[in-house]
Amino acid sequence: MFKRLADTGTAVAIVVDGKPVAARAGDTVAAALLAAGIDHCRTTPVTGAPRAPYCLMGVCFECLVTVDGVGSRQGCLIPVHDGMKVETQIGKREAGR
Amino acid sequence: MTAASDLAPSYDLVVIGGGPAGLAAASLAARAGVSTVLFDENPGVGGQIYRAITTTPVADRAVLGEDYWAGAELASEAKASGALIVNGATVWSLDPQKIVGVSIAGKARMIEAKHVIIATGSQERPFPIPGWTLPGVMTAGGAQTALKAQGLVPSGRTVMAGTGPLLWLLAAQTLRAGGRIDAILDTTPWRNWLQALVHLPDFALSPYFAKGLALLREVKAKVPVHRIDRVGAVGKEKLSEVVFASGGRERRLPADLLLLHQGVVPNVNLANAAGVEHVWNDRQLCFVPVLDADFGSSVPGIAVTGDGAGIAGGTAAAERGRIAAIAAVRALRPEATLPDTQAIRQKLQREEMGRAFLDWLNRPAESFRQPEGETLACRCEEVTAKQVRDMARIGCEGPNQMKAFLRCGMGPCQGRLCGLTVTELIAAERKMTPAEVGYYRLRPPVKPITLAELASLPISEAERKAVER
Repeated sequence: MFKRLADTGTAVAIVVDGKPVAARAGDTVAAALLAAGIDHCRTTPVTGAPRAPYCLMGVCFECLVTVDGVGSRQGCLIPVHDGMKVETQIGKREAGR
Repeated sequence: MTAASDLAPSYDLVVIGGGPAGLAAASLAARAGVSTVLFDENPGVGGQIYRAITTTPVADRAVLGEDYWAGAELASEAKASGALIVNGATVWSLDPQKIVGVSIAGKARMIEAKHVIIATGSQERPFPIPGWTLPGVMTAGGAQTALKAQGLVPSGRTVMAGTGPLLWLLAAQTLRAGGRIDAILDTTPWRNWLQALVHLPDFALSPYFAKGLALLREVKAKVPVHRIDRVGAVGKEKLSEVVFASGGRERRLPADLLLLHQGVVPNVNLANAAGVEHVWNDRQLCFVPVLDADFGSSVPGIAVTGDGAGIAGGTAAAERGRIAAIAAVRALRPEATLPDTQAIRQKLQREEMGRAFLDWLNRPAESFRQPEGETLACRCEEVTAKQVRDMARIGCEGPNQMKAFLRCGMGPCQGRLCGLTVTELIAAERKMTPAEVGYYRLRPPVKPITLAELASLPISEAERKAVER
């Protein structure tokens, strides 16, 4: 969907669902996922439909992901850092998980 | 980086939001000797219009245009002003006593303010069409953010749909950056000209007139534009095509990315939760706070400025921020020397001159604001337009009761993406005005925080020993 205008900026290595993803300094988590061509970041708690970043400005909450073990973070507001572990989220929360 | 523990327990002025209004307000107040902190939840200042102004990887200035780069001065002025500017700071609570709940890097603080300026700006108006939740469908503003902050440009088959200046600006910026746009679907109703035309002379005198014409020419020379009255996104797990129609003739375009936009509306969540009175603005089709000439709200000591006060654009937002800051300084430090308010008001008036024309011309059609059938009104809880309409028809009186019946507005976005739709649907079904229907009653926390963040609030020995009541 998107390409990088210039392949500049320091490389930042993050891990998404256990796989390495090359991000850039200045990326938010949501932008890094879009740039990497990851087509959805979570499924919905009601019908399990896939969702991807929508507004990129902290309003829509579609880009919720688990970041370094904390669930339901707004990916568009969090800058990436080296070694960051991102997990896509699945449906509704199971008690005790 | 400022940590939560670095913050003082109180500040004379807390400014919330680091866009043009917040930056201008914080600079002016700090320069006048008022202890000022500015909280902004994004990684850098600039708000949406000047997003990533200090860090953007888009080096060619022509891509984003000089209007964008004008934000650099505001950012550097604010930095030099002495105001404490804290990014990555999410304000999740504000009450009429002016206690500000803020979280920074997972640690929360409650900060006392003598005066608060809310400059939380605007968000894109909900654009509820069939398939608008599919991956591959985004807001135009979102794509523009990705361009400004990360230098990402649309590269697959891209369609843009909607109405309003931002759509054309993004199209021009995308083309200049070498991105791809296959088609623009213009949803502006022809009949809008009837109401807009009388305001054309004013608009012709505003700075937006020449810029707007130049943008339209630039984009229309390169991209096919279709006037449409219906649009939908189709796909299984993600967008595969865009279906649109004009006068009943349906057409389909294969697409990887659909960018939607039908104007912006004030981001009311924080002000509403703080108890600030809002009214319906029929020209801008949204709720706006009730404000005095200095942007003071119905809650003493809380001002709402910038686009949060009603949409007027980025340059107007800075002037509005200055006016709100001058009022704050007068209240907090009457002996301070202040700039000439009259000159600022005159500038603001010039900036706002073309607004009536833009508002009337780009007023989104009813069919794009009041969806029908299985189209989702509430994205978070997946509540359809039909469910909301049916519930209104059998007697549900307002958005707050609708929450209890359908859970719309109760998901993580807290009504930001369905509030206006639900109000308008209830109004349409019950033959009432949106003003009569009202809006969701919002409550803190207006942004989700973890229990761990709450538990991290510093607590004094006296507080620890006190009995909870």
